[in-house]
Amino acid sequence: MTRPRLATLAIIVVALGVIAFALSGALLNLMIFMMIIALAAQGWNILGGYAGLSSFGHAAFFGAGAYAMAVLQTRFGVNAWVALVIGIALGALVGAFIGFLSFRSGLKGSYFALITLAFAEVARIVANSTNFTGGAAGILLKLQNGLPYLQFADRRYFLLIALGFVAIGLVVSWWLEHSRFGAYLVALRENEQAAQALGVDVFAVKMKAIAISGALTAAAGCLYAQNYLFIDANVAFGSWISIEALFAAIVGGSGTVLGPLIGAIVLLGLGELTKGLSHGIPGMDLMVFGVILVLSVAFSPNGLVMLMKSLGLRAPAKEREA
Amino acid sequence: MLEVKALTKRFSGLVAVDQASLSVAKGSITGLIGPNGAGKTTLFAMVAGFLQPDGGSVSYDGRDITALAPHVRARQGIARTFQIVQPFEGLNVQENIAVGAYLHTPDAGEAMRQAAEIARRVGLGADLAKASSDLTVAGRKRLEVARALATRPRLLLLDEVLAGLNPSEIRDVLPLVREIRDQGVTILMIEHIMQAVMNLCDKVYVLSQGRMIAEGEPRAVCEDPQVIEAYLGHGAAERLRAEQAHA
Amino acid sequence: MYSPQIVVEALLNGLMLGAIYALIALGLTLIYGVLHIVNFAHGALLTVAMFMVWLACAQYGMDPYLAILFVAPVMFALGYVLQRFIIGPASHGKDNGILLVTLGLSIIIENALLAAFQSDTRTITSDYSFRVVEIGPLLLSFPRVVGFGVTIATTLLLWLVLHQTDIGKAIRAVAKEKLGASLVGISVPHVYAMTFAIGCACLAVAAGLLMPSFYVSPKTGAAFVLVAFTIVVLGGMGSIPGALIGGLLIGVVEAASSLFLGDSLGQIGIFLIFIVTLLVRPTGLFGARA
Repeated sequence: MTRPRLATLAIIVVALGVIAFALSGALLNLMIFMMIIALAAQGWNILGGYAGLSSFGHAAFFGAGAYAMAVLQTRFGVNAWVALVIGIALGALVGAFIGFLSFRSGLKGSYFALITLAFAEVARIVANSTNFTGGAAGILLKLQNGLPYLQFADRRYFLLIALGFVAIGLVVSWWLEHSRFGAYLVALRENEQAAQALGVDVFAVKMKAIAISGALTAAAGCLYAQNYLFIDANVAFGSWISIEALFAAIVGGSGTVLGPLIGAIVLLGLGELTKGLSHGIPGMDLMVFGVILVLSVAFSPNGLVMLMKSLGLRAPAKEREA
Repeated sequence: MLEVKALTKRFSGLVAVDQASLSVAKGSITGLIGPNGAGKTTLFAMVAGFLQPDGGSVSYDGRDITALAPHVRARQGIARTFQIVQPFEGLNVQENIAVGAYLHTPDAGEAMRQAAEIARRVGLGADLAKASSDLTVAGRKRLEVARALATRPRLLLLDEVLAGLNPSEIRDVLPLVREIRDQGVTILMIEHIMQAVMNLCDKVYVLSQGRMIAEGEPRAVCEDPQVIEAYLGHGAAERLRAEQAHA
Repeated sequence: MYSPQIVVEALLNGLMLGAIYALIALGLTLIYGVLHIVNFAHGALLTVAMFMVWLACAQYGMDPYLAILFVAPVMFALGYVLQRFIIGPASHGKDNGILLVTLGLSIIIENALLAAFQSDTRTITSDYSFRVVEIGPLLLSFPRVVGFGVTIATTLLLWLVLHQTDIGKAIRAVAKEKLGASLVGISVPHVYAMTFAIGCACLAVAAGLLMPSFYVSPKTGAAFVLVAFTIVVLGGMGSIPGALIGGLLIGVVEAASSLFLGDSLGQIGIFLIFIVTLLVRPTGLFGARA
């Protein structure tokens, strides 16, 4: 397994922070988007990567965060930071709700993937037809710059905050790889019965995993709402985010610390490139995502992180031969 | 220490285990033998909590544990190995064992230290960093035992730990089982290899077609005509069926 | 309140739409029953078939029902190639791999169609579209009546293929006992691909039945995919009669819930049935498999 040290993670985060300050305009926006997707993917990775429970409906958590952020601020005048905390907690709660129902019935594999998708769709339809959530018109957030409002005239500061959350995601994943809880997750992914035989309460472990997963992805939703200042049901609960979170984690390396971050950067980078090269033909970037997903499942089931590692291991061997 | 009373399990009309009872004395090695398909593994699964019986009870240390979930039984000191070994593929040998050790310590360093020690005890000391999928069959069987031992069991259920091993590997594992018992762990084992049963077990139960047909000291049980019938009769019935199919 | 006539008409139309749903679900459940995989690309493949029917009608002036005869073999071949040369090898036989590869395929297909046809919705104008059938006081949509009949016929045909032909017997053998089937010389990858191909051909029939009264856009299939999964789960994964009855049931439920809840909330009934079935009885109404 690739197990980066904390110091390596710190260097990566600082490097990204330095890059952030050199960026402006479209590139800055792209990088903010990359961090939001990376965070959503980190959430997906806790459940789908470490615990082996592939969700097709992480939009449910993303949307919970995004709507909490938007509704609390516009309807109840709640402070942005407080709304952020509530949004994250709501993500954990939605996770616990879906998890309680699904895991009690013992759903896993394709059944779990399908039921998460259904939950996200129900949320999307409800949000789309309820006045409380702004209905089909969505919710527009008020533009107010300043730290208390979690909006910044200089968007680099927002990028730093998004990066901060990604750093938290990295630390959570790092902790998983060095803790009992993480070992239990991998154990139940590999063999649930054997894990039970060793005294692992698989239901409780799965519940914790889906709550943490939901919280992280909800945080991404909160940041999304705050960054774009507009959400509707198709954006917040749409299948696009379920898919991008899953793609980034799997392409980068599911069940690894750095996988979701690397996957998000590579995927969205390639997506932008395709958009540029295809002169605005719709769907080309997503098509490339699909091709990359199929290729990575076919040829590198452990993702880019492992691919890089195995290439890295092979290279010195060649040097020795020479 | 373990008391199984009239345990029954039906699978859609078919009775897999029929009113089977057995008791395991503290500090003993007790064997459970029987022809293929006798229901031994089903019985084991009910003792470990992976299957709910349709009738009967399981008690452990004088307490009824029939309704408890497997992980709760593990916490009370019942560990099991699986007939078909299934290591956690994503983890190396030491980490595999540590999953068991985590039952008594939340600390990763401590669990890994205990895992290394147990690995040494079962003869996997040199393979700590190996991917579990790279182990030989014998190695995986040892890993299975090591993982169970790491939970510090008081009762260990071994499901055919010797199956698939060659004679020299079997000779290596026999002392390991005895050593585990000598360290205070009570053992109930399913085994096909009679040499091992004769060698290890203080008492043997024979299960045939879901029913307990004999019990006692190993040598006596092997001479029991009912037991011989159960093994040979099974083969004879199969031969007869084959002949009829040809006719 | 609605007049009884409107309610009965709506429910009957729902029943007949449900028949077409059943046809879509039929392919999905067949693939599940034999390959034990959840084919996530099923909706996208339906979209492909619908675009083929649309092309045949809009570009070449073909009758939509006649177009089925041309589209079905093409879909059959496409299905065979996809399973044999892409899904099978790329997923390494792992459940999760199959789930992800078919998800990837559905995204590729959906967006390739988007690139080729843009996101506009397309319809065909055919004499059938607004024709109605009068049965006593009831007015029923002609395309749906046809859809109902053809679905029943297709289900019977499928049943005959599975029970009377060599490939059908091979398919059932593989579904029951993969290892045993391969030991007696059946090529499992070939049977898998044939099953997938038959499932795709069913989609071609469904597409031909849908087009006169429906529209197609690159996202159309995605709307059907959860409905189809609901039917398959409700009917019992792998059960053909289950898919038929499940489809009819879902059609009625959809008609009733959009009549009483309105179009946008109406869909929620289906998802709730889906969730409740998965939670309470994941083997479905007719699934014997544990």
